[in-house]
Amino acid sequence: MAELLVWPALIAYGEAAVAYAGELRGPGRYGRLGIWGVRVGWLAQTSLLVAQAASSDGFPWGTWAGALNLLSWFVVSGYLVWGCRPRYRLLGLGVMPVAVGLLVLAWAGGGTGVDTVDRGGWVLAIHAGLMLAAFASFTVAAAMAVLYLYEERRLKRRDAAVLRLRLPSLEALDRLASRVALAGLGLLSAGIVVGITRVDAGDVDAAMTVAVVIWALYAATLVLRRKIGLRGTRLAWPLLAGFLLVAVVLPLTHYAS
Amino acid sequence: MKLALAGVSHHRAVLELRERVAIDVEAAGELARGLARSRGDDCEAVVLSTCNRTELYLAAAEDDGLEARADAALLELAGTDAKALAPVAYRLSDESAALHLFRVAAGLDSLVPGEGEILGQVRDAFEAGAPGPLLDRTFRMALHAGRKARVETAIGESPASVPAAAAALAEQVFEGLTGRRVVLVGAGRTSELTARNLRSRGATVTVVVNRSHERAERLASTIGAEALPFEEMSPALAQADVVVSSTSATGFVLTAAELAPALRARRGRPLLFVDLAVPRDVDPSLASIDGCFVYDIDDLEAVVSASLQGRRAEAVEAERIVAAEAERFRAWQASLSVVPAIASLRARAEEIRSAELARIEARLDRLPESERAVVDTVTAQIVNKLLHLPTVRMKEAAVTPDGLLYADVVRHLFGLGEDEKA
Repeated sequence: MAELLVWPALIAYGEAAVAYAGELRGPGRYGRLGIWGVRVGWLAQTSLLVAQAASSDGFPWGTWAGALNLLSWFVVSGYLVWGCRPRYRLLGLGVMPVAVGLLVLAWAGGGTGVDTVDRGGWVLAIHAGLMLAAFASFTVAAAMAVLYLYEERRLKRRDAAVLRLRLPSLEALDRLASRVALAGLGLLSAGIVVGITRVDAGDVDAAMTVAVVIWALYAATLVLRRKIGLRGTRLAWPLLAGFLLVAVVLPLTHYAS
Repeated sequence: MKLALAGVSHHRAVLELRERVAIDVEAAGELARGLARSRGDDCEAVVLSTCNRTELYLAAAEDDGLEARADAALLELAGTDAKALAPVAYRLSDESAALHLFRVAAGLDSLVPGEGEILGQVRDAFEAGAPGPLLDRTFRMALHAGRKARVETAIGESPASVPAAAAALAEQVFEGLTGRRVVLVGAGRTSELTARNLRSRGATVTVVVNRSHERAERLASTIGAEALPFEEMSPALAQADVVVSSTSATGFVLTAAELAPALRARRGRPLLFVDLAVPRDVDPSLASIDGCFVYDIDDLEAVVSASLQGRRAEAVEAERIVAAEAERFRAWQASLSVVPAIASLRARAEEIRSAELARIEARLDRLPESERAVVDTVTAQIVNKLLHLPTVRMKEAAVTPDGLLYADVVRHLFGLGEDEKA
């Protein structure tokens, strides 16, 4: 029965994604509807994850579908840290469709059932948990970068309605995006280190290489920010490129290998 | 209790008349206390006077010419004959007066919907006045409605003037304006107003640049800035976050070519140009440089216009909130009419309970102290539980047309007040 919780979660996340699109047209009511959808969906998904954890002897998200289920939860949790503030609600327009997509894939792949088989021990659990939390951080950082580019474009184009739909200031978005990316980099570093303990010398595959490339991209971006003050659009684009690697290249290499 | 309101506002009264009836908050408090004293102990009065309205709120237990008294006081303030005041003054009573006050507090009656000052002015008038039970409740509910309308809608968020729009835009670029450096190019009145608006939000005006150094110094001294000649502007721009320009020059004063060294030194830090001059001072091509944002006077006016449109849209939601609060007020005021019946009913029940306990006092005395306390508590609880639902129902019924009938039925069924008659 507990696996049915995926439906309220999906419906609520879907409602939120649509409501945030409405927020673009008229701020206020749609945003409030959106954030309530996120809250309800998050509670439903959290209950589902708890049920999965309770019915499993070990780490229940070891399959690719299970991992996507956990990843979508991390993404929504990360969003909720800021999303409850009215000015940050629109961040949901970038985050919630991703969360819905991940959860649909997880459901289609059987990652939302409660009778999942344990696929590994604690090392895998810690490695997967860290990597997924890192990818969720990169997703939220990318959403902030998108919001930055959108707001910057509105200000550059001198959009008369720029103050009707109030977003966070450019500086705030710039600072938060870099901090979230930094947190993600820390988690990814830890995840890679834990993962290395399970890998034999001859086992290095394309996915691992891409993970290291992702790490190098974020590390280089954040070092440049510190050294030469990389900011604004020059920061936003590398964050989006990093997300593209996480969202497209990494799954392709991981599941192809 | 009765509530009466007499007032004039920008809706119908011309400025000359509004000027005559306008008084400061101390005088308003004095007038309110005088009005309350003139009608005896049970009278309450609050006078609200702003640049757009002067309103006298009076309340008393009985109607007894309350509206006429408010009218007379307003006439006295206006110093004109009744015929001139009558067509422009408005008189409201009870629920409609309360609803009007709620709308005023929410900024829905203002020239610019949701303007921020009115809520503070209502609070000041309330604190300076002579409110009693009714006006105290009415004004507290009005302040609550005003705050709620601002918190739950965006009616007060958008700027309503060009200087406020410039400051709000700066807040969209920078994370707070505290400590941000503002450079004024030109010492005109509009740029001064904009600078003051930015300062009120925490920004610091560091430099004033003007062709006439004397004027620059004069303005700089009033806002704690440094006056510089035009030629020394470049280093100041390298440090600035916001540049407000309003010179009377016929061509661009700030061009990409001239600012290139200053902009290079900024390493992509954002810079907002607010160009209030006509013809424009700031080369619009500066906007194409990374981190530079350029707003001219037309852009700012368009932002203000869009903001006002937004405020009007938000006003619909704010009206709903105010109406709901006014309904709560109506329910509270209606419940006042059944309060005497409820109080009599509870007194009667307590009287019976005490009498019955007194009747068996001798038997109770044989019980230990703790058990006597239990008997006392249990009987009190029985009475309370029995009376809870009738009390709630009577209060609910009070807001309906049959409200007083319910109170009369209760009085009749329980024989309340018959002893006094006998």
